[in-house]
Amino acid sequence: MTKLNSKIPQGPVATKWSSYKDHIALVNPANKRKLDIIVVGTGLAGASAAASLGALGFKVKAFCYQDSPRRAHSIAAQGGINASKNYQNDGDSVYRLFYDTIKGGDYRAREGNVYRLAEVSGAIIDQSVALGVPFAREYGGLLDNRSFGGAQVSRTFYARGQTGQQLLLGAYSAMARQVSLGNVESFIRHEMLDVVLVDGRARGIIARNLVTGEIERHSAHAVVLATGGYGNVFFLSTNAMGSNATALWKAYKKGAFFGNPCFTQIHPTCIPVHGDFQSKLTLMSESLRNDGRIWVPKRKEDVEALRHNKIKPKDIAEENRDYYLERRYPAFGNLVPRDVASRAAKERCDAGFGVGETGLAVYLDFADSIKRLGRNVIEERYGNLFQMYQKIVDENPYENPMMIYPAVHYTMGGLWVDYDLMSTVPGLFVAGEANFSDHGANRLGASALMQGLADGYFVLPYTMQNYLADQINVPRFKTDLPEFEEAEKQVKSRLQKLFDVKGSKPVDHFHRQLGKIMWEYVGMARNKEGLQKAITMIRELRAEFWKDVKITGETNEVNPELEKAGRVADFMELGELMAMDALNREESCGGHFREEYQTPEGEALRNDEDFMYVAAWEYKGDDKEPALNKETLEYEAIEVKQRNYK
Amino acid sequence: MGNKLFFYSSITKKIVMALAGLFLISFLVVHLGINLLLLSDDGGAAFMVGVEFMTTNPLVKIMEYVLLGGFAIHILIGVIIQIQNWMARPVRYKVEGYSHLSFFSKYMIHTGAIIFIFLCIHFTNFYFVKLGIVSPPEGVGKEDFYQMATLLFADRFYAILYIVLMIFLGFHLHHAFQSAFQTLGLNHTKYTPFIKTVGTIYSILVPLGFASIPLVFIFIR
Amino acid sequence: MDFTLKIWRQKNAKAKGKFVTYKVTGISESSSFLEMLDVFNDQLVTKGEDPVVFDHDCREGICGTCSLYINGRPHGPDDAVTTCQLHMRKFKDGDTIVIEPWRSKAFPVIRDLMVDRQAFDKIIQAGGFISVNTGGIPDANAILIPKADADSSMDAAACIGCGACVAACKNASAMLFVAAKVSHLALLPQGKAEASRRVQAMVAKMDELGFGSCTNTGACEAECPKQISIDNIARMNREFLGAKMGSQKKKVVAGGF
Repeated sequence: MTKLNSKIPQGPVATKWSSYKDHIALVNPANKRKLDIIVVGTGLAGASAAASLGALGFKVKAFCYQDSPRRAHSIAAQGGINASKNYQNDGDSVYRLFYDTIKGGDYRAREGNVYRLAEVSGAIIDQSVALGVPFAREYGGLLDNRSFGGAQVSRTFYARGQTGQQLLLGAYSAMARQVSLGNVESFIRHEMLDVVLVDGRARGIIARNLVTGEIERHSAHAVVLATGGYGNVFFLSTNAMGSNATALWKAYKKGAFFGNPCFTQIHPTCIPVHGDFQSKLTLMSESLRNDGRIWVPKRKEDVEALRHNKIKPKDIAEENRDYYLERRYPAFGNLVPRDVASRAAKERCDAGFGVGETGLAVYLDFADSIKRLGRNVIEERYGNLFQMYQKIVDENPYENPMMIYPAVHYTMGGLWVDYDLMSTVPGLFVAGEANFSDHGANRLGASALMQGLADGYFVLPYTMQNYLADQINVPRFKTDLPEFEEAEKQVKSRLQKLFDVKGSKPVDHFHRQLGKIMWEYVGMARNKEGLQKAITMIRELRAEFWKDVKITGETNEVNPELEKAGRVADFMELGELMAMDALNREESCGGHFREEYQTPEGEALRNDEDFMYVAAWEYKGDDKEPALNKETLEYEAIEVKQRNYK
Repeated sequence: MGNKLFFYSSITKKIVMALAGLFLISFLVVHLGINLLLLSDDGGAAFMVGVEFMTTNPLVKIMEYVLLGGFAIHILIGVIIQIQNWMARPVRYKVEGYSHLSFFSKYMIHTGAIIFIFLCIHFTNFYFVKLGIVSPPEGVGKEDFYQMATLLFADRFYAILYIVLMIFLGFHLHHAFQSAFQTLGLNHTKYTPFIKTVGTIYSILVPLGFASIPLVFIFIR
Repeated sequence: MDFTLKIWRQKNAKAKGKFVTYKVTGISESSSFLEMLDVFNDQLVTKGEDPVVFDHDCREGICGTCSLYINGRPHGPDDAVTTCQLHMRKFKDGDTIVIEPWRSKAFPVIRDLMVDRQAFDKIIQAGGFISVNTGGIPDANAILIPKADADSSMDAAACIGCGACVAACKNASAMLFVAAKVSHLALLPQGKAEASRRVQAMVAKMDELGFGSCTNTGACEAECPKQISIDNIARMNREFLGAKMGSQKKKVVAGGF
């Protein structure tokens, strides 16, 4: 039970990181080039880590499943990146960013890590600007900022609605430079299928070349997983189609603990589901809630009339509209945090007031703002988003209110890591969304980009050196070690096993089923009975999958069905763990809402007494229940309070 | 030379080609100016004064070689670029490009080739005669271009061919003019529309000017 | 909605490909083009046939993975969208849709509609970056950048690297892609220090990889899902000319510096 050592440095929170940096062991330049590092994933965390470690002189191998490192899903982040620069003179500071992040995460994140994140946030902006990221500027030539949810200061830097893209292209270009210098080797269209341990340390990976189908062995002195989140467990999410949890899951099975798997962020403003064949949900930026008002009809007969196209939303009189966020949260109104807004939408739709063909949508109405500010102001602020909405839905949002519904967006949970970002497997580091560390039970807007780049640019280059300092005499690993042989054999036999099922249903069928179970029972609102039911249903689905999945083609060629099958098989196991974690956490906090634990007004009710800990799950074997390890969270710099947005 | 040209950077080639093209464009204006003298109703006296100047002035004589060089470079690079461009897409589309904004730009090599063929005929009719490689028509002096032109335009078939050719020349110039500026990087939100307009006017007026001569010869004289 | 699909099928890079005609039925007009292919592929898999392989990932028009040359247009019959943002309502019920891979010597077909676009990575590796290591950077506000420059730079930086410019160009030229990166960095003060080497190295790499040259047809701009302007190509030509005229007699080599 006490295996977890988070290795938080001693001393006051504000000096932990600097004193850590002052005392770590370093590797001299001549020795760095004798050490190999594998980085899996080339999003913000992976690309920035590969670039920074390469620049230090380590020999890095960077892997991605996409056809270019630049395509990792960090690229889709729209809004911005937080940094406590206090350029606006509005009272921002490292402490305030740290405080907002902890509070936003509903007091389920680790103080030491979050403070460090806030501390390096400014340097990320400096670094990105130096790499040529064209952030928005004021006329005087200085950087511009915008405001985001959960903060009282303007600290969000942005590059139009494509901040993630620009930051990723910055990190990607830095990595490309290291490729040309020979420090980084880039492996594209490669999917990691296992991590290889030698004498208990992570020493390499097994990867499948997605073009030739070849199973390859790669060795290194340390491995970094920067493979993103696992929101695709829900089938429909704002994640990319290829985003998957396989790397995390394989690491989990090799001994890395999984931290808080049930913490999922549901984003309130997405374009609703339109039909059974939908493959993906599209996010509409949170910034829309600045000027849009969210409502549903008050009367059931209006709901019916809308559904049969007898009336238009604008025909519904003001007094027959329910602006439920303004009603329930007068202080924050439409700008409550993501988890609160999402739950409120679900509550209305469940009560039968949802609009749209499926009844699973609410209105986001700009009519008042257009009246107040004029159409051109709205167009200037949100023109590209409105255009995107119109392309997808084929409705003009200037005339009719937008329809939106919550969708799975981000996973705060991930592999458990200590202050060094090292998992419970020595030498296996985890960065970005893939780890659990910084966002607690709910992530604030514009913080994901910050965390990914903090880990890659400024944390791993220090902590990995500290780990590698005593490895300088370890020669490069040969990949013919028995450990590699064994791992490759297992990977191959699993692929063969998938083929041998020769069932009748395509992989997507199972993925869709899994998504339905997860969304229904492990989604926005959870309860004991539902979670237990979900576990049973997932187990049944898994059994059916291994009996009836159908995969065409061969293993030695481009085979997207095979790729998907492997990922879905892992998703099903992870989904079960998520349900178990949600069942275990008998409280409501952040994105995790247990219906049994709410205030009389229907708000989340935390239980700090019993659950102020990180749930770190330990794999015990395929047929055994995983073991729960707890890392108790201690708050020294911050006073723990109930969140209140009323 | 061709072999070496193959290995110059694509942009270098394009820039040289654009410069040569712009030079040819300016030459066309001079050529047109002299040709228009054919229209003066004085039995070719004014025209022959122009010809006299063009064939005897030492500076013009030097320019003659520059001009030939300009033609050679423009054509040679054009052909090389075209070959490389064809090589860049070894398998072609089944449904060919819907999306070409500038229609004439698609057919530069084709209009260029037609102009080249005409250039060969034109050289045989005039330039090679002057050089003594081809003998002039009977009873015409080898520098009596007025007579040569009159005789040629008297042939209806040739006159029509000439006019049709000028249409193709216009197509070629229409894209060439603004394209040369783009290639040289002379692009500006304020001035580019102006350049394009000038290019369009040029590509209509110059061929029209040339074509007016056979028209006058056929219908008026 | 029902459609006739004529799809390029090619088993692998070496195999000879051909067009195969299929019928697909029961497509909702609110489906995206790729969702239509998903449904179609599920039908193929159920029948035991190999599904059509195509590249796709984010499905929100930003990662640049999806491609497809649809009825003669990269990313299909809609302006300023990627294939994943193209919806079936842009077609008429019963239409025949011809789907081809990007065609370029530098983008060889891997399988069916999937092509290898590593050439773009190689061009970036040749010089599409600013040479700074991590750390030791002055404050972000230490450099003033006029808003107009930052905006123009952002316009160019919006490139998603999908390759539609190459696919649309009759010469399979990558000039718009290269020019977008050259412009993005050349417009910023941070990028000016090595602008001369950058443009030469990137153009040299582009030529080496077998892309065609620009004949200013404007097809790239017309088909670019991010509407990147060919003004960037003029800027690159200018940068290139300046770099060549002003540089020392020393060959610029691609790569890190």
